[in-house]
Amino acid sequence: MSERLIEKLNILADAAKYDVSCSSSGSDRKNTNKGLGNGHHSGICHTYTEDGRCVSLLKILLTNHCIFDCAYCVSRRSNDIERAAFTVDEVVELTMNFYRRNYIEGLFLSSGIFKNADFTMERLLRVVKKLRLEENYNGYIHLKTIPGASDELITEAGLYADRMSINLEMPTETGLKLLAPEKSHDDVVKPLGFVKNQIIQFKEEKKLIKSVPKFVPAGQSTQMVIGATPETDKDIMYTAAKFYKNFSLKRVYYSGYIPISNDSRMPVLGTQPPLLRENRLYQTDWLMRFYGFDVRELLNEENPHLDTDIDPKLSWALRNLHHFPIDINTADYQMILRVPGIGVGSAQKIVQARKFGKLYIHQLKKIGIAYNRAKHFITCADSPFQLKDFQGHQIKGFILAESQSKYLKTANNQMLLF
Amino acid sequence: MIYTYDGSLEGLLTAVFEWFERKPGAISLVTEERYQPDAFTSCFEVLTNRSKADRVWKGLASRLDRDWMRKAYCTFLSEIPEMQQELFLFICYVFQHQAGAEKNYGNTHVLNIAQTARKVEREKHRMEAFIRFQQTADGIFYCGIDPDFNVIPLIVNHFKNRYADQQWVIYDLKRHYGIFYDLHTVEEIEMNVDLQQLKHAKQTLLDQKEQLYADLWKNYFKSTNIVARKNTKLHTQHVPKRYWKYLTEKL
Repeated sequence: MSERLIEKLNILADAAKYDVSCSSSGSDRKNTNKGLGNGHHSGICHTYTEDGRCVSLLKILLTNHCIFDCAYCVSRRSNDIERAAFTVDEVVELTMNFYRRNYIEGLFLSSGIFKNADFTMERLLRVVKKLRLEENYNGYIHLKTIPGASDELITEAGLYADRMSINLEMPTETGLKLLAPEKSHDDVVKPLGFVKNQIIQFKEEKKLIKSVPKFVPAGQSTQMVIGATPETDKDIMYTAAKFYKNFSLKRVYYSGYIPISNDSRMPVLGTQPPLLRENRLYQTDWLMRFYGFDVRELLNEENPHLDTDIDPKLSWALRNLHHFPIDINTADYQMILRVPGIGVGSAQKIVQARKFGKLYIHQLKKIGIAYNRAKHFITCADSPFQLKDFQGHQIKGFILAESQSKYLKTANNQMLLF
Repeated sequence: MIYTYDGSLEGLLTAVFEWFERKPGAISLVTEERYQPDAFTSCFEVLTNRSKADRVWKGLASRLDRDWMRKAYCTFLSEIPEMQQELFLFICYVFQHQAGAEKNYGNTHVLNIAQTARKVEREKHRMEAFIRFQQTADGIFYCGIDPDFNVIPLIVNHFKNRYADQQWVIYDLKRHYGIFYDLHTVEEIEMNVDLQQLKHAKQTLLDQKEQLYADLWKNYFKSTNIVARKNTKLHTQHVPKRYWKYLTEKL
């Protein structure tokens, strides 16, 4: 009995691991019924796998039987792999016992599509209902919305889940049609839009009637596979920006494609996953969400790809040297945020600290900015006077000379003559 | 001038009171254990006084918001000797300047308090993440820890709210005290048991199903890893090796 459970867990955790989303933040579900579990507003990562990704949720598929045949997915119909399925009780028991031992922050439940969408969604719903209603479980639940499931089922699931998500899979419609002819972006857009409207509606009602239950309090997210099809970084980020805007998503995840099949339409087996590219895309995503950048500033017709050797913020600054240098002691917050080497925390500290007197280099260093990087773009109370205006490529040379990328095994700094 | 105190928070706050009463100029504050007599400076022994300490704490609370009060408390819990002196200087600084002075990050005391508090909060968060309960035969969930800083006072509420329907014990092996939740309240406890036994509970003392769930968890941890993305540096950055001894999946 227990061996079979271990075996099932191995198969279904392995199949679920390509879903990157593992955040447990954003929900403030409280333990009001003296049950088990209490939301943590910023989430907790309970451990990290050896590839450095966080493990905060028990991330499993209910089953890896699937009627679809998407080329990028391990659970595709035509793939010859072991299949398994959990019963509702097994998932509930695993979740409760892992949570009791403080292994996990909650459950991430997804599933292959068996029979049809409604049948699958109904099964997922039974798991979350049992957890919430019978076991008094108040921990985090991330539930996949199954494309094509009926509105009633989705609405009911939203009452018990903290976050719901549905994957775009490919950044563009043409890419998706190439690898998964049975699917289209419209299948994703419809439920995303439906849940978004429900969230707004429940919030409005809650303003008037206090007893209205929570509906997907941690919002929605989605995921795109990167590097399986030949999209540019611009295509990817424009799609992401569109979805952030239209569906008020909490997160868009970018998952570097890891070759899993000999399909001639995709990178061959053994190709390195595009980790550096994934990293740059996440940096761009952060710049859009927390630094006030518009996606068109970072990626446009002239620059359809992100630089690999420097991060997108530095790359933007070097293209727009006419904005710099700025005076740390007078510039407004939005502009300080745009300086390479200064993050949100340091920018806020600087704005508060300068009310008490001019800031000097030694203070900036102590506050924690990356001064060697930022010094090319700022002046402060005791900045050394500089006669020469450096060009963008020269500054880039200086910065690259004293930093080393973790992605490059050998330094490849071209020496400059001038 | 050297001030000596008993190392408690009350003692430190009393020292602030005594300093403002006497205004001896620059002093250094050390605990009685760390005090070394100096031929050229005189010493003043601070006698911990609850009512004086309360007055200082109340005064501080009227000048600082809750966030900053917590930062000050966290700095005390860090138990770093240099930071205790910094905390003393910070409190004096706050009383000597106008309201809002704590936002002056250009000031070294302010910055030190903010940064130390951040370290302590990080350790607290790690404890919330890395504690792994084991269910004992009598149904109590137990975990022994030895955190860098004395963070147990900071994690009480988190665990009390979260595990409201099970009895649990978290025990600090380094500082020899722990907390026990009996389904109603949390109490401080001290156990006089062999330290080795507290570190690794004997198999016979554990619940029958404990081993099964530990195995399931280990298997899950292995299955969810993507071998093609292996990144040991990032892994140890997030889970530093000194915490591995707590972690079921790393044993």
